[in-house]
Amino acid sequence: MSVELAAAAEQSPDEPSVPRGRLRLAAARVAGSRGALVGLVVLVLLFLLAFVGPYLTPWDYAAPDYGSLRQPPSGTHWFGTNGLGQDVFAQTVRGLQKSLVIGLLVAVLSTGLASLVGACAGYFGGWTDRVLTFLVDLLLIFPAFLVIAVLSPRLRGSGWIAFVLLLAVFNWMVTARVVRSMTRSLREREFVAAARYMGVGPFRIIWRHVLPNVSSFLIIDATVTVGGAVMSEAALSYFGFGVRPPDVSLGTLLAAGAADAPVFPWLFYFAAGLLVLFVLAVNLVGDGLRDALDPTAAAGRHRPRSRRGERTRRGDRRRPTRSTDTPSRRSTP
Amino acid sequence: MTRYLAGRLGYYAALLTAAVFLSYALTGTALGPRAYFEAKQPRPSAASVDRQLTALNLNDRTPVVERFGTWANGLLHGDLGRTIHGTSVNEEFGRRIWVSLRLLLVGSLLGMLLGVAAGAWSAVRQYRLSDRTLTVLSFVLLSTPVFLFALLLKNGAIAAKNAAGHEVVPFTGYETPNLAGGIGAHLADWALHLLLPTLSLALGGLATYSRYQRATMLDVLGADYLRTAEAKGLTRGRALLKHGLRTAVIPMTTMFAYAFLGLFTGAAFTETIFGWHGMGEWFIQAVNEQDVNSVAAVNLFAAVVVLAAGLLADALHAALDPRVRVG
Amino acid sequence: MTTPLLTVRDLTVDFDGHPAVRGVDLDLHRGETLGLVGESGSGKSVTALAVLGLLPATARTGGSVRLDGRELLGLPARQLAAVRGRRIAMVFQDPLSAFTPVHRIGDQIAEAVRTHQDVGRTAARKRAAELLDLVGIPDPARALDAFPHEFSGGMRQRAMIAMAVANEPDVLLADEPTTALDVTIQAQVLEVLRTARRESGAALVLVSHDLGVIAGSADRVAVMYAGRIVEAAPVDELFAAPRHPYTLGLIGAVPRLDGRGGPLVPIPGRPPAAGEPARPGCAFADRCPLTEDRCRTAEPPLTGTGTGSASGTGDHRAACVRADHLAATRPAPAEVYPVPALPAAVPRPRAARDSVLAVRGLTRSFPRHRGGLLRRRAGEVHAVDGVDLDIRQGETLGLVGESGSGKSTTLYEILRLAAPQGGRIELLGQDTAALDRAAVRRLRSRVQIVFQDPAASLDPRMPVGDVLAEPLLAQRTPKAEARRRVPELLRQVGLDPAHADRYPHEFSGGQRQRISIARALAVRPDLLVLDEPVSALDVSVQAGVLNLLQQLKAELGLAYLFVSHDLSVVRHLADRVAVMYLGRTVETGTAARVLTRPRHPYTRALLAAVPLPDPPAERARPRLLLAGDPPSPAERHLGCPFRPRCPVHAALAPEQRARCATETPPALPAAPGVDHTATCHYPD
Repeated sequence: MSVELAAAAEQSPDEPSVPRGRLRLAAARVAGSRGALVGLVVLVLLFLLAFVGPYLTPWDYAAPDYGSLRQPPSGTHWFGTNGLGQDVFAQTVRGLQKSLVIGLLVAVLSTGLASLVGACAGYFGGWTDRVLTFLVDLLLIFPAFLVIAVLSPRLRGSGWIAFVLLLAVFNWMVTARVVRSMTRSLREREFVAAARYMGVGPFRIIWRHVLPNVSSFLIIDATVTVGGAVMSEAALSYFGFGVRPPDVSLGTLLAAGAADAPVFPWLFYFAAGLLVLFVLAVNLVGDGLRDALDPTAAAGRHRPRSRRGERTRRGDRRRPTRSTDTPSRRSTP
Repeated sequence: MTRYLAGRLGYYAALLTAAVFLSYALTGTALGPRAYFEAKQPRPSAASVDRQLTALNLNDRTPVVERFGTWANGLLHGDLGRTIHGTSVNEEFGRRIWVSLRLLLVGSLLGMLLGVAAGAWSAVRQYRLSDRTLTVLSFVLLSTPVFLFALLLKNGAIAAKNAAGHEVVPFTGYETPNLAGGIGAHLADWALHLLLPTLSLALGGLATYSRYQRATMLDVLGADYLRTAEAKGLTRGRALLKHGLRTAVIPMTTMFAYAFLGLFTGAAFTETIFGWHGMGEWFIQAVNEQDVNSVAAVNLFAAVVVLAAGLLADALHAALDPRVRVG
Repeated sequence: MTTPLLTVRDLTVDFDGHPAVRGVDLDLHRGETLGLVGESGSGKSVTALAVLGLLPATARTGGSVRLDGRELLGLPARQLAAVRGRRIAMVFQDPLSAFTPVHRIGDQIAEAVRTHQDVGRTAARKRAAELLDLVGIPDPARALDAFPHEFSGGMRQRAMIAMAVANEPDVLLADEPTTALDVTIQAQVLEVLRTARRESGAALVLVSHDLGVIAGSADRVAVMYAGRIVEAAPVDELFAAPRHPYTLGLIGAVPRLDGRGGPLVPIPGRPPAAGEPARPGCAFADRCPLTEDRCRTAEPPLTGTGTGSASGTGDHRAACVRADHLAATRPAPAEVYPVPALPAAVPRPRAARDSVLAVRGLTRSFPRHRGGLLRRRAGEVHAVDGVDLDIRQGETLGLVGESGSGKSTTLYEILRLAAPQGGRIELLGQDTAALDRAAVRRLRSRVQIVFQDPAASLDPRMPVGDVLAEPLLAQRTPKAEARRRVPELLRQVGLDPAHADRYPHEFSGGQRQRISIARALAVRPDLLVLDEPVSALDVSVQAGVLNLLQQLKAELGLAYLFVSHDLSVVRHLADRVAVMYLGRTVETGTAARVLTRPRHPYTRALLAAVPLPDPPAERARPRLLLAGDPPSPAERHLGCPFRPRCPVHAALAPEQRARCATETPPALPAAPGVDHTATCHYPD
């Protein structure tokens, strides 16, 4: 809490007298967080596996090896083979590739859209707000799954990128609503008023004051979206609306292997394990990023929440809006 | 309060109209019923295909706005049109709606009640073993897709059947056909059939609600009014129940509306996997058959259900929280 | 000496190993009022909560709390619940959050009755209505059905007191009961507290940071610092001859409305936050001007001798090795603490100075809406309804008024730099209605604002260096140059330039307010708008910030528009004063005239409600309680808006009253050429 204490803890002798920017401060904090580093390393390894893996094995993910059907893992087929004789390792890394890209892209796109629309609706208010809110509500009651299912045959030609766009377009609305309401309360906060009275323009205020202050929520939301997108992709692919054979994703592999899991575990658990590892790594990175962007995190995150006995003075009662314990939500299936 | 709800109702009506039109326009342009008729054997003449399409209000040569007009006019007269096979959409709709509603209502209510209870309990026991266990469990549940639950539950039931030699828990359909016995036997049969599908739907909701409820309950645990209640001489448990939980469930009403969004999708999977002939299963069939009118009917159903859930959530919110009534 | 009703011995509380209370002893006798004074983090509220066992589960409590000889600490939950609300009841600080928002006031009070008494629903409800009547809530039968958010702050606090005395407790613990309230409402609530105490015969523990409140209400006072009691004495003695340097410093740091007490004495440093690890020795040693080597080795015990006062409670104790020295010499605060030499501004005559701000007849109303999608206009709120202000260069205008009087709206209207809804704003000679965009930008740099709450007015996600550079960048100053200004600005407000990389939460409240001031100074403004700049700060820190403001004003020739609800602070800082009521300025003039010879009855009532940190003066002060709450600005009244609460109007003859009811009084000077106007038909 206090400067004196903090100074005693980390007094660097040659503190530069011209201050550094906050991006560099945040980067330094990310580097200092062990969880984020572990997550990053795992993510990098997963990407390596997904993109270098296909070159390590002689097998192609689609080509069947009729000599070995449903064989357990061995020297030739590292993860075994499936009922068609396809190499499960080749399929898994191929599926991982798809899922990594789909998950990350959907998360980035949908969170970006959500923060843009939500912050504008909340900050400008009035008719901007009414129109944007109507749009958000309209998309919300539009059953996303139905739309994707109807559209997907049409988009088969344009490939999985159209699929990513569809998933993103139907995923951002709840986030946008939360961002909107957070922005509305931020707009009334004095530091935003202060910036306004200093003559800072509205988009600059959104960029410099509003978005950084909802970033904890956005990051958590983005990480949840990664998992959600991978799951949505899996579910839609299961019904034949997403990634289609012979192409594979972790979702199609899970769907195909689930029924056989008790008897032929290698068909299910490699894909499942990688999926869990992926979602976990994303969560770790998200957690680290969140802490890095929230300067109060180190001091205040795991403190007991109700040390309130002495919060007594007139001004102290207004609490900052922090959403550390934002629970996760499911997107589509 | 009525004025508040009336305001919401008007807004929802506008939303519904826009959503229904857009989804009809989308379905009407994206699906290709013409291909369905052209693929028939023997191949019908172009004129005959056109005639059939027009009769079903499916002709893509008619502007989609006009087709919507015809469909909407029918809708206002209580007629949802004909399926691509020429049968009545109304009949199919009437048959399937109760199947789906039964699943949706029981699934959502069960998920909410259990989730609220688990979340509140978890919050009160924060950082203890039970809280940690619940937290881990909910994260596992949250990262499993609904269709995977359904599959695993079904596999479990099949395994149980194989092991026991007879069906332990039913895993197909929503009732035993030609069941003899009174109303009690029928109810029991229904409940048993509901068990697995409802469970696979409710588990996801349970996890989501419990996370949210835990967070709001934790906020309330530090609230001044809880301390006031104890200072009055209420015991901790009574204060938690009457003052704490009563206030902490208010945000859940908003969650309730949101949860319904995902729930319908989940129901589509569950119905297909457990062989329930409900709206979700119909939808997947209809999309594959390019059956525009059936898809439009399901879309309408989904939008109405979501909006009804939203209205119900608003009503609940207004009933629970005196502060919004002045609105 | 009678046996005390409540005895606290060696009470300790810690949260996860962080001590918050470190060995507190207290005695409370039947019928007496004990004042517990301290700054935030001193452990005073924790002490009060610990008595009732109301601390969160993370707290560990040790020592002993006895009520009539029965130990309360460690009592089983059910037995403790039987004591709570029945024998010991509590009044909390913030009555909005202390009432459950979803239950009706009447139900919550009836619940308190029914928890301890075997009565039916209707009987409990009747009792609740009686209680509301006792605390002076009009139309109690209807008030029963109100929800907490429908009450005003003062009404809620009355209802809270009603709930506390519902079972005629023996001990009433009041934790900062008036802190969030306006002075006139505070005076009402303190009166209600006295009534309630008299009616129920309870002993009262009054926890407060406000020495004025304590001086007027307490019989004995205990001063807390860093989790310990550092001094305890009968109220008169404590204020007249404090024996602990901290108490002395506190008394010196409080600005006084009567202008006595000399310059403000800031206590250097800041009070330790709750749970901060204690260093060996006296916790106050770092801030103490009398510190000696032995202070740093051992914590002095709370000892002392009775002064032989006849009351039997005249025991005066202090935890300081220099207590005897202080008792013997009785120094004034300024003789012990270093008083910064403030450069005296030598103002030219007022008429020769340029006008910085001139506001004439400013009005601002907000539409009220009802309904959701189709929003209907349902009347208007006249937040500002005729404000005149006048500030010249190098001058401080204190804008005074209670919450809801339109002070903040006035500020925001001025800062908008646009055409006002009604009236005229002239800033630095320019009419704001006639500005183009470029002129607005230029003018933005010449008027800056400092907000009340430094925690809220600094972006928590922005390092202080970026915070200070922001106004410069908004003025299109090159980035490098803006960065260079940062260390300079920090130095100017007395902070370490090396701290520019830190985030706002790493600073204490007083330091954060200095950062706010530095940010405002960055663009070298002519006018600084200060919106309650010290009301969120501890007394000992507040003095330092006030002194800084005075110093900056003298050095930079700034003009201040200083908004405050605290008349003592205004008295200390302002050259001129404007008093607002219900959106209008009702009295303006030089501070000396307005605050010593007020002409408007509202100003007189406001001044009368301010408690003095001086027990004999406080007791001798005439009490002038204003009735009720300020009326809603949604209704516009014909004639004088103060009429319904005006004591002068109440005493008028009927034919004189007619004028108040029909004519809006104009702002008339006391005498031609005198800088003192009042909008009253019958001014003093």
